[in-house]
Amino acid sequence: MIEVKNLHKSFGDSHILKGISTTFEEGKTNMIIGQSGSGKTVFLKCLLGLFEFEEGTISYDGEVFAGLTEDEKRNLRAKMGMVFQGSALFDSMNIVQNVMFPLQMFTKMSKSEMEDRANFVLNRVNLKDAHYKMPSEASGGMQKRVAIARAIVNNPKYLFCDEPNSGLDPKTAIVIDNLIQEITIEYNMTTVINSHDMNSVMEIGEKIVFLKNGIKEWEGSNRNIFKTENESITDFVYSSNLFKRVRKMYLEEIN
Amino acid sequence: MTYLRNIGTYFLMIAEMFRKPTKWSVMKLLIFKDIDDLINNSIGIVAFISFFVGGVVTIQTSLNIDNPLIPKYLVGFATRQSIILEFAPTFMSIIMAGKVGSFITSSIGTMRVTEQIDALEVMGINSLNYLVFPKFIALLTYPFIITIAMVLGILGGMAASVYGGFSTLQDYITGIQYDFIPFQIGYAYIKTIVFAFILATVPSYHGYYMTGGALEVGKASTTSFVWTSVLIIVLNYVLTQMLLT
Repeated sequence: MIEVKNLHKSFGDSHILKGISTTFEEGKTNMIIGQSGSGKTVFLKCLLGLFEFEEGTISYDGEVFAGLTEDEKRNLRAKMGMVFQGSALFDSMNIVQNVMFPLQMFTKMSKSEMEDRANFVLNRVNLKDAHYKMPSEASGGMQKRVAIARAIVNNPKYLFCDEPNSGLDPKTAIVIDNLIQEITIEYNMTTVINSHDMNSVMEIGEKIVFLKNGIKEWEGSNRNIFKTENESITDFVYSSNLFKRVRKMYLEEIN
Repeated sequence: MTYLRNIGTYFLMIAEMFRKPTKWSVMKLLIFKDIDDLINNSIGIVAFISFFVGGVVTIQTSLNIDNPLIPKYLVGFATRQSIILEFAPTFMSIIMAGKVGSFITSSIGTMRVTEQIDALEVMGINSLNYLVFPKFIALLTYPFIITIAMVLGILGGMAASVYGGFSTLQDYITGIQYDFIPFQIGYAYIKTIVFAFILATVPSYHGYYMTGGALEVGKASTTSFVWTSVLIIVLNYVLTQMLLT
């Protein structure tokens, strides 16, 4: 579980995060949503320890990040997996080498053990015949799967995803969303996804934190989001006519 | 103020480069890869430039010696001094700032833009040690390149001298042996090692701390070349003043 208390982050005079407090539970797909410029990416980078913040605490299963030494922070980061928006695969390595990389760095496995583990996670993300392709030869969907495989290969406790289905077609996006949710449950990880894809939010958002101008405006689940009266989130989520109709139908159905 | 901050960040980067080392089994592969990319892949261009510049130095020297009282072997002497003292260590380093420096800045800069460096950091890897330290070690073999430049520069001069009819082979060989001071080779290698450190770290700094997108990677490469060249020229002056006077 990740616990955030009163988080403040500024860049110069610009106050980006204004006292955010929330918890992200393990075994659940937690989502951070909000408009562009609302502070989602800054929040995620604070959670990852890539940004230092002025005030507040972030604790990972009771370990307060700010109180750790640099080496302890690096050890904690070794328990984190991250799927970047652009996948961030290493250009100089092929797909299987990318997946084996965390194992090479943090385990004492033999080469054949690492290959077995890499093959296992690549099969888990349904990538079977692309092991020796370079990242530039893989499609966007394949790259995302490889990024997920690399993120989970070392059995992380925390999985972070920044816009995991941006740039993907709707069908592949759903496959990626479902894959993340299945893996989260299977490995009992604390998963935090940064997204503004409403399909993802409705599909897998078991806990949703909505940010507006650096403030936590609302939190709840994908079920609560249909019923909420909070104008900020309804304006954001139901900005398209399609979603407005879906909400109306849902409310009529439950009434 | 910005300059001071950049200088401070550069020295902090160097200190961080030596902390939390990457596993040796991974690091040795990175070092071999960087030796291949930075040193082996530069041998061709270094050999080509050195041979022809050596020839040009010989021709220019010969054409400027029109006094019959000046012995012909001075052509070889002047070529040796120019090549060993300045051309091979200093001007070859400026050429390498363009070739190797741009490669380092653009490859690290692209990793920054595509979040590959963030991926390393998130995994708990000291990205500076992983990316910059192998380049620093690889460039410790840089004197090998400079030795090739020295030998081929002098051979190029010899070829131009003999086949161009500017002096005889015997005169040229006498010239390159004339008044030989072994410390001058040491001076050239001291400069080479200092320039190797600059070639590894300054372009890495510009790549690592760049912000923006693809256009900024190009700008960072240009800035890196300018600053690497400026530092090499300034340090060349300082080292010459310290070591030869």
